[in-house]
Amino acid sequence: MFGYYLDLAFHSLRLNKVLTALMVLAIAVGIGASMTTLTVVHLLSGDPLPGRSQFIYYPQVDADTKGKDSKEPLDMLDYQSAVDMWNAKRADRQALTVQSMVRLNPGDAVKSPVLTMMLSTTTDFFTMFDVPFRYGGPWSGQDDVARSRVAVITDDLNQKLFHGENSVGRTLRLRDSDVRIVGVLKPWRPSPQFYAVRGGRFADGDTSDFYSKPENIITPFFSGLEINDGNFQQFTCWHLPERAGHLVNSPCAWVALWVQLNDASKVADYRRFVADYAAQQMALGRFTHAGNTRMRSLMEWLDFNGVLPGDVRLQAWLAVAFLAICLLNTVGLLLAKFLRRSGEIGLRRALGASRVSVFAQYMVEAGMIGLIGGAFGWLLTLLGLWLIRQQPVAYADLARLDIPMFTLTFLAAIGASLMAGLLPAARACRVVPAWQLKTL
Amino acid sequence: MEILPILSTLRRHKITAFLVVIEIALTCAIVCNAVFIINQRLQRMDMDSGVDEHRLLHIQVADIGAVSDQKSRTLTDLAALRQIPGVSEVASVAQVPFGNSSSNTGIKLDPKQKLSTLNATMYSGENMVPTFGMQLVAGRDLQSDDYKDFDDVVRGAAAKDAKALPHVVLITQGMANRLWPGQQALGKQFYLLDYPMTVVGVVKELVRPSIWDDSTKSYSMIFPMRMARGEYVIRTKTPEDRDRVLAAAVAKLKEINQHRVVLKKHTFDDMRHDFFQNDRAMAGLLIGVCVALLIVTALGIVGLGSFWVAQRRRQIGVRRALGATRSNILHYFQTENFLLATIGIAVGMVLAYGINLLLMVHYELPRLPGIYFPVGAVSLWIIGQLAVLGPAMRAAAVPPVVATRSV
Repeated sequence: MFGYYLDLAFHSLRLNKVLTALMVLAIAVGIGASMTTLTVVHLLSGDPLPGRSQFIYYPQVDADTKGKDSKEPLDMLDYQSAVDMWNAKRADRQALTVQSMVRLNPGDAVKSPVLTMMLSTTTDFFTMFDVPFRYGGPWSGQDDVARSRVAVITDDLNQKLFHGENSVGRTLRLRDSDVRIVGVLKPWRPSPQFYAVRGGRFADGDTSDFYSKPENIITPFFSGLEINDGNFQQFTCWHLPERAGHLVNSPCAWVALWVQLNDASKVADYRRFVADYAAQQMALGRFTHAGNTRMRSLMEWLDFNGVLPGDVRLQAWLAVAFLAICLLNTVGLLLAKFLRRSGEIGLRRALGASRVSVFAQYMVEAGMIGLIGGAFGWLLTLLGLWLIRQQPVAYADLARLDIPMFTLTFLAAIGASLMAGLLPAARACRVVPAWQLKTL
Repeated sequence: MEILPILSTLRRHKITAFLVVIEIALTCAIVCNAVFIINQRLQRMDMDSGVDEHRLLHIQVADIGAVSDQKSRTLTDLAALRQIPGVSEVASVAQVPFGNSSSNTGIKLDPKQKLSTLNATMYSGENMVPTFGMQLVAGRDLQSDDYKDFDDVVRGAAAKDAKALPHVVLITQGMANRLWPGQQALGKQFYLLDYPMTVVGVVKELVRPSIWDDSTKSYSMIFPMRMARGEYVIRTKTPEDRDRVLAAAVAKLKEINQHRVVLKKHTFDDMRHDFFQNDRAMAGLLIGVCVALLIVTALGIVGLGSFWVAQRRRQIGVRRALGATRSNILHYFQTENFLLATIGIAVGMVLAYGINLLLMVHYELPRLPGIYFPVGAVSLWIIGQLAVLGPAMRAAAVPPVVATRSV
């Protein structure tokens, strides 16, 4: 029966080519626009650490002497608090992070000096965030404490400097220090660059920079502070630091601490630890208030920062409304088409076809339009994503259609056209046979 | 006009009529708001920066040797840059309009205030007003005895030594109006980190390097501090000289120290172009969506119009046989479309207003100006009429003889 309906649908679609083309076009354009933007939303709002993010937390205390318990704490930590909490080793894993622009000087493989971003962190960073290695591995906890001059580099930089060869053991000259490469990452592109997300509430929706690529060079935290001393940027300061760019023990927030807590009781314990730490610092006179400590989980933190750029959200709404209009259009055209064949329907009904089979026949026709529209819509989605990749935004290289979204494109197209066909098909199967036959 | 018969016909085609109305309403609502956003973005891209953009160049070099000789290096650089033919002014600065990286601070009108009165950005550098080509509307420019070295200021601030800090400041007209509405700003004081600053001059406009809220875009202050960070602004004699001067300046800076890295080198026109790239992309996208929506809606009207004409062929034949002229038939379909469009537009306007309210809450957009409603209505009427013209002409071409067939 289904094959017969397909035949009928084909026949009917060929009968009025202009109308068919209009419907396919409407579905294709609607699907193309909405799938392009939804793919971007899907890529940008996903979990950067699936299966792990629920264990990752971002503790915050507020050393700002101008802060208040009723206000949100600063988005980053001051050096003292961050290092104290890291030293306490109360979490399953813990990583301090700070980013800075460092000068990569000519040396082993570098011809002319370049400035590049450097991440300075502690060894747990790699295990905690499941960072994949191609060659070598992370440095040891001993390297953290001993301030060893070692580094891990990204695949990007390894390709550029060493043509993708195993560069473990080679050295790089960072400003005036030689660092030995101990590990090379596999391509690693968390979306967003979650560990660097902060200050989203001040960005007014302009958050596309949260989707930047990871830093090319990763060094141990304390080594990084020594190597690149004088080149660190504060998130904010409540007094001027004594020396610009040197922020250790300055009245500035500029360091982040990430912790991994493997179960609920540990989370509660750590929350208490953070609150106790703030209270203790207040008792010591370093903090002026201790009531606004926070500890958000990774996803809560991303949410708090509103990582999805405002323009992307606006575009998604627009595309969905656009799809709705295209569907309305298709409903109208299908209605026109089906009712025009009232005579034919009357004849089929008179010859014994049930209402259900008439309904089924027209739904098959609607679904076919959806399938063809979906195929064109898929091409338009690819075109749309290509256009986004040409845009000068940080997330441009991420805009690609993955398999779930590819499947969803067709499901959405067929679903949409079936929905659009529902009303026309229902009307068609209510055609009274006798009345139609009389006017034939 | 024969409105009553049209209405009674429409009543028999409720669903199709309803679909057309809804489609027109949604299109109207979305296009009105989209055009409004496009306009907002275009206006933003047209923002006055307060500086002579066409003649300005920006160069930033990094890491010019040891910290101790940065000051003398800067002087060497500035002298070398000044000698390039075609250069009219140069300055060593800390930040530039549209530069996207800024240093901001809260200021207070009263030192005892708990919260800042407003947050403004801090420009500094010698010779800024003439180099940027800013317009001084009141008071004087900063003078050489106002200036302090930036490093001394930082050291002084850490040691809480008020003498090491600058005492005077230039602010923008926009900031002056916000701080002292309706009053003369000259001679007034505000407090920065508990230190008083006296306003000695007001410039017409100077936008902030990064603008996250358009209402505070011109809250800028210029402090008399000499900068030695390797960030230079060059004003050329004519806009045509720009590219040549830029190349010459970069070559010169490289010649002075081969090992320095040039971080940025661009004209201010390029900086403006980059600064507003998101707005431009969004406006382009919205224009595309609007055009597509209007086309889809028009095609929908064509499709349904054709269907109705085909369905009513015999009815049209009968009317023609009874004496209706071709133009009567043409007008019938045009009036029908006009009626549907009018209802659609009416609903669409309410929707447009609702969407605008939502956008005002979530995207801090201003209220939709009244002018959008009549303009939107007229354009949709025109599109509706154009779309229905084809089917209506085909209807008018139906010969009266159809009435006598197959009865």
